[in-house]
Amino acid sequence: MMAKMNMLQAINSALMAEMETDKSMLVFGEDVGHFGGVFRATSGLQEKFGKQRCFNTPLTEQGIAGFANGLASSGITTVAEIQFADYIFPAFDQLVNETAKFRYRSGAQFDVGGLTLRTPYGGGIAGGHYHSQSPEAYFTHTAGLKVVIPRDPYQAKGLLLASIRDKNPVIFFEPKRLYRASVGEVPSDDYEIEIGKADVMQQGSDITLLAWGAQMEILQHAADLAAKEGVSSEIIDLRTLAPWDVDTVAASVKKTGRLLINHEAPLTGGFAGEIAATIQEECFLSLESPIARVCGLDTPYPLNHEKEYMPDALKTFEAIMASVKF
Amino acid sequence: MSNAKTKTETIHRVSFLDKDAMSIPILKILQADGTVYDKAVLPVIDQALARKVHDTCVFTRVLDERMLGAQRQGRISFYMTCTGEEAAVIGSAAALEAEDVILAQYREHAALRHRGFTTEQFMNQMFSNEKDLGKGRQMPIHYGTAQLHYQTVSSPLATQIPQATGVAYALKMQGKRNVAICYFGEGAASEGDFHAGLNMAAVLNAPVIFFCRNNGYAISTPTEEQYQGNGIASRGVGYGMHTIRVDGNDMLAVMAATQQARAHAIQHNAPVLIEAMTYRLGAHSSSDDPSGYRSKEEEAKWQQHDPVQRYKLWLINKGWLKADEDTQLYEHYRHEVLSELKLAEKRPQVGLDFMIEDVFDKPTPLLKKQLAHLKQHVKKYPKAYPKSAGEQ
Repeated sequence: MMAKMNMLQAINSALMAEMETDKSMLVFGEDVGHFGGVFRATSGLQEKFGKQRCFNTPLTEQGIAGFANGLASSGITTVAEIQFADYIFPAFDQLVNETAKFRYRSGAQFDVGGLTLRTPYGGGIAGGHYHSQSPEAYFTHTAGLKVVIPRDPYQAKGLLLASIRDKNPVIFFEPKRLYRASVGEVPSDDYEIEIGKADVMQQGSDITLLAWGAQMEILQHAADLAAKEGVSSEIIDLRTLAPWDVDTVAASVKKTGRLLINHEAPLTGGFAGEIAATIQEECFLSLESPIARVCGLDTPYPLNHEKEYMPDALKTFEAIMASVKF
Repeated sequence: MSNAKTKTETIHRVSFLDKDAMSIPILKILQADGTVYDKAVLPVIDQALARKVHDTCVFTRVLDERMLGAQRQGRISFYMTCTGEEAAVIGSAAALEAEDVILAQYREHAALRHRGFTTEQFMNQMFSNEKDLGKGRQMPIHYGTAQLHYQTVSSPLATQIPQATGVAYALKMQGKRNVAICYFGEGAASEGDFHAGLNMAAVLNAPVIFFCRNNGYAISTPTEEQYQGNGIASRGVGYGMHTIRVDGNDMLAVMAATQQARAHAIQHNAPVLIEAMTYRLGAHSSSDDPSGYRSKEEEAKWQQHDPVQRYKLWLINKGWLKADEDTQLYEHYRHEVLSELKLAEKRPQVGLDFMIEDVFDKPTPLLKKQLAHLKQHVKKYPKAYPKSAGEQ
């Protein structure tokens, strides 16, 4: 059975279903209890499963991450929320030095594979630089963490269920500007979308457009503009940034000969750089133009120039045309 | 606004609380001569447990002496001793049940020994050989064993504190009648994770014992430069948990406090803070030289409070140990440590394949590719990589 849901409802539906099935699963974070989270992703969970299984924590991101590590290391299925990705940095030590290395450092005596950390990321909501950042690249640089980002409600539920059940810790970034804006048909039943697999959303022959999360609709818009100019775009949603699906992207670029990567995070040190380096190595002889990156500027996320900062459809369209005319 | 559960008295003129507003007593049971104080209430202890505790003390002294020596000879890269803090560590460990989870900082190998970690297992870890449970991935003394419920030590300080709260919450949810115990020093208590972990434990009702070894120094930094308040214990009250300060060189006081802390934690699903006042008789680590920051006189003064000696005198007074009985035990462990050391240092290191294992549950395609590339390179330049060249 399918139901029309926005992304928050899809996330809520995944949490609800998994807490029902997995009696050990706990959900916690700041304001996630009775209030249901500042975005309402955890609505109704405390009512249904009680205060022991869905609860508020004190206001301490490093505490949430450390507590989550302890739970997961004891065999508890652990879903923690960091209210905004902008506030994940107090938890950075726990995530980078503890979560990511728990299995490795102990020779698999202990692991925190049951941990999923959900956090809303990204701009487009007039949130200024402390409610808009996209910090995914920091985490892709740490061996041992998986990084997953959904683009719509259907993907959100399937990827979240897969993340919760994955035997490795996952940081699950949710594009907050799509929370209510993105609506689609979502199965009421249980399903998973495989982690580590990119999704070719649209076949094309002239250029590969690659992004994740909220930027997918930007790519689609740009591809439509380019199509009017006779350019055929292949669109890929990377979905998992760590470990990322090199094969799918490389196969596409070998076919189209061109690659454009779009992300909201600043250009320098962004994950597009990693993709570009790998793809030029994998596809050097197939490339017909330099790999293009359409990204945020290297500034803090600006409140009053949000529109100008964003790697939007027009900037992407321009980069597509520059690439095909190279 | 104050918590609804807290009583608040109203005043009508300004009156500050000063740092001495709270007076915190210190629990002492055992006197320097090995007799107990009048009216002292002893922990629950029988002869078998008492002798086991003594045995662990002797083993720890021998291990520390020999392995510091091995480090000085260049046989292992690094070492840390427990010397001076044996009563704090062993007294608390001996108050626990075997399935209570231990989250150590790094100076608590005596607790691990008390749980049953063998001399061979200690050696395998320190020589990071192929039989090391941690697969040779961490510096010496970073022990861990799932079987003995001792979580693997990690170097970053205080990270284990909020984790212990999580472990304890898990024990509660799983319906186990067990606690987590979390060791840390007074220096680590300055980290944000300390505040996070204790506050969460109190708010979320986690059965965890926070055990602070207040040993006077964080590497070279003395307590006067670490905090201004009334030790670490004063903070426990602030977080809303049962708190006690004990003489950390008094085996029986530590044991009594920990036994009752454990009972309280389980009965009330609540955390307890124990601050054990002790002294790090040795250097911070094999890379440290304390003569640059403290006097010989100070060290000599604390030598007089040797916790192992004080406890031994009690055993003798009690008739549970003969005066010279442990001479043989020291000899036995010196021999055992040395022979296990020789065996461990000859065991092969883990193979190159282990390098990409356990990053994730299964190696990713990219990791496999990186390993294949590395192996080819090693094959081409075997002399530059003598450890791995033989594997090809």
